[in-house]
Amino acid sequence: MNFKHKYMFLLPGLLVLLAILIFPIGFTVRLSLSSWDSFYPGLDFIGLENYVRLFTDDSRFWEAFGRLSLLSLTTVFLQYIIGFSLALLVWKEIRFQRLFRVLFLIPMMTTPVIMTVVWRTVFHESLGPVNDFFSLFGMQPLWLSSEVLSKFTVILVEVWQWTPFMFLLLLAGLLSLPKEPYLAASIDGAGPVRTFIYVTFPLMAPISIGAIIIRLIEASKIMDTVYVLTSGGPGTSTETSSFYIFIKGLREFQFGYSAALSITYLIIMIISFTVIAKILVKLMVRGE
Amino acid sequence: MKITSSVSLLAIGAVLLAGTAQADKWSDQFPHIKNSGDIPGQCSYEAMSKKDYSGQKLTINTHAVPVMGEPTALHAEQFSALTGAEVKVIHTPAGDLYSKAMIPFQAGQTPYDIVFGFSNFLRDWKQYLQPIPAKYVNMKQMQDVTQGHIDVNSWGGEMIQFPIDGDRHYLKYRKDVIDNPEYQAKYKTETGNELRIPQTWKEYAEMAEFFNGWDWDNDGELEYGSAEVMKKDDLMYAAFFSRSVAYSKNPRVKGGFFFDLETMEPLINGPGFVAALTDWVEATKYVPPGGMNFGLGDEINSFGGGQTLFSYSWDDAFVAAMQDDSPIKNKVGAAPLPGSDRVWNRLSGAWEDTYNQAPYIVWGWTAAVAKESKNHDMAFDYLCFFANDANHQADIAIGRFGVNPFRKSDFLPEIYVKNQGWDPEIAQQYSETLLEMEEGSTNLVFPLRVPGVFQFNSAVATGTAKALAGQLSPQEALDEVAVEWKKIVKRIGADTVREAYAIGVALEDSE
Repeated sequence: MNFKHKYMFLLPGLLVLLAILIFPIGFTVRLSLSSWDSFYPGLDFIGLENYVRLFTDDSRFWEAFGRLSLLSLTTVFLQYIIGFSLALLVWKEIRFQRLFRVLFLIPMMTTPVIMTVVWRTVFHESLGPVNDFFSLFGMQPLWLSSEVLSKFTVILVEVWQWTPFMFLLLLAGLLSLPKEPYLAASIDGAGPVRTFIYVTFPLMAPISIGAIIIRLIEASKIMDTVYVLTSGGPGTSTETSSFYIFIKGLREFQFGYSAALSITYLIIMIISFTVIAKILVKLMVRGE
Repeated sequence: MKITSSVSLLAIGAVLLAGTAQADKWSDQFPHIKNSGDIPGQCSYEAMSKKDYSGQKLTINTHAVPVMGEPTALHAEQFSALTGAEVKVIHTPAGDLYSKAMIPFQAGQTPYDIVFGFSNFLRDWKQYLQPIPAKYVNMKQMQDVTQGHIDVNSWGGEMIQFPIDGDRHYLKYRKDVIDNPEYQAKYKTETGNELRIPQTWKEYAEMAEFFNGWDWDNDGELEYGSAEVMKKDDLMYAAFFSRSVAYSKNPRVKGGFFFDLETMEPLINGPGFVAALTDWVEATKYVPPGGMNFGLGDEINSFGGGQTLFSYSWDDAFVAAMQDDSPIKNKVGAAPLPGSDRVWNRLSGAWEDTYNQAPYIVWGWTAAVAKESKNHDMAFDYLCFFANDANHQADIAIGRFGVNPFRKSDFLPEIYVKNQGWDPEIAQQYSETLLEMEEGSTNLVFPLRVPGVFQFNSAVATGTAKALAGQLSPQEALDEVAVEWKKIVKRIGADTVREAYAIGVALEDSE
């Protein structure tokens, strides 16, 4: 087999890569250099005008980005804590272990938009069952229309929906851990807490980092929950970057500008996740 | 003018009522028109049955079920049975109707023969739509459409969208409370004021606050003052404009409500709009818990379910309240939007201390045929059939369909009494309110229909939502909106926006 034949075999994969990754990104970059909107459809060339507008005249995007950071970091942290706890719970032999494993996965298997509609009904401030309960104590919390509580509600729904994903990855990690370190810890007389701190947690660090990064990537795209629960409100208090890009692109039909927002967002995310991954490796693997 | 209108209405009514309750072969086959039977016309069941579209396919993009989506599908099924056409109906959420049609339009694709949307999409869509052929514009069915709704569906005198629905914002109130002598006395004693249909937004607020948070209909549940569309981006800008017209639409000032037509300077942060937004921020105190997150559906359910004293916006909440399964059927009333006891004059730069009221002819559902469709005849026949007399009479009786009055014959109270069991007094008041808005007022405000309309409306939604949430003061919020509007005008081009806006201003100023 000569050199050229090797490339012939690679060609289908390369073409697929080109079609599904390179072309969309390339087209989005080109789109971001145009003024395509509802009135001027077409790929004209306006240089970096959209990017200048974004960096000099669009504080709403950066505010949304700040909110996104808060929401995604908080939800993923909570998902990790709860997911890890649940995984530890069903890791060892317990009664109805299989039932619990399936039960814990159910939220992840449901359709996010549909479940968010259900949550919206549950948290409906005047008609929902949650406030029916709270009204027994003379309270009517504004789950969706208070600036602070609306963020809490979005976090709660996200944690409910996606903790099972964290649970699944971490349980798979726990099940694949070697037995020898535990035997050694047992011989040394370590109790469950010390075994967790000095054996389980360090051994799980690489899987934990992977799970956290995967969830952070997903959480940073949070859109459907916000769209259905609050539409970014009250005011702009739950508006995230992806929801803002959606508004600019598909509500206001500013395709060119929303492409510039998307490219900027993508670059920031790539840099952020690289930095976060390095920090996590330092903290969790090297213990620095 | 009023006498002429009444005589014509009576004549039309006599014809329509004569056709009512005439069971025929078509109503046997299509129970939807059981009350009226088929009504003769260019697009009646009888006329459609003589067309043969066998082997042809019609694709329609419409709203999700039930509002507009359900009648689209129902009439598609009927049309298919009558003509042999294959009709494919695609349902799309309201927020995506614009983009789902616009993306293929701009890409030169024609996935849909017919697109449903809102009448204020017109400026952005018009170059992709086929104008309505003269034979439909001149037919008897179309002659019955009010001038206001002919205007809403036309651009520069040419009808481009097919009238299938009529919309305006008006006040809905609990008649059993406002007309209750005990409550009238109680209100008088405690506030010193008359309990009556609110004439101004100030009165609206006072009454709403008074009836907020207690069980005034003795059903064991708390009731509240007002249900309004306050959820960000969910049509809230239309609710804001409803509150603004009384303060800002001065009948003595021509040349623009949203912009000064000459300079294209936004008027959105003027004192009239600020006064309206200040009222609206206060309204957050008398809406039900969570009312700040109410979309249109919540508003309909809240008022229609008997939770609030007042509501305003589209017809749906009123129709829902008057349906047979409603706990408050025949306990609600309709009235024009409240006015104000002062109106801003932007020319003199001062308030005029005089009573002012202005109807807001808000946009509504409409449908149009894609210019590049290969099935123009069939598509127009479908739309004409959708809105034929028999279907229209049946559709407006079903609240969830979202089909509201837009024909002169719709303003006959007898129809609602006979077909829907409405109390005659309420039917009379409802018909008079709607007709007065269409034909009686000379101070109408039409919706903004300019290029990039969504950008303008989105900016209003964001600004007003910030004010409602307390993030900004009303003045700061509207100043922010005005800055955003200026940027949009600059991006699109002042002359381009002016050219489009002038058409709406001409309608307002000609009243």
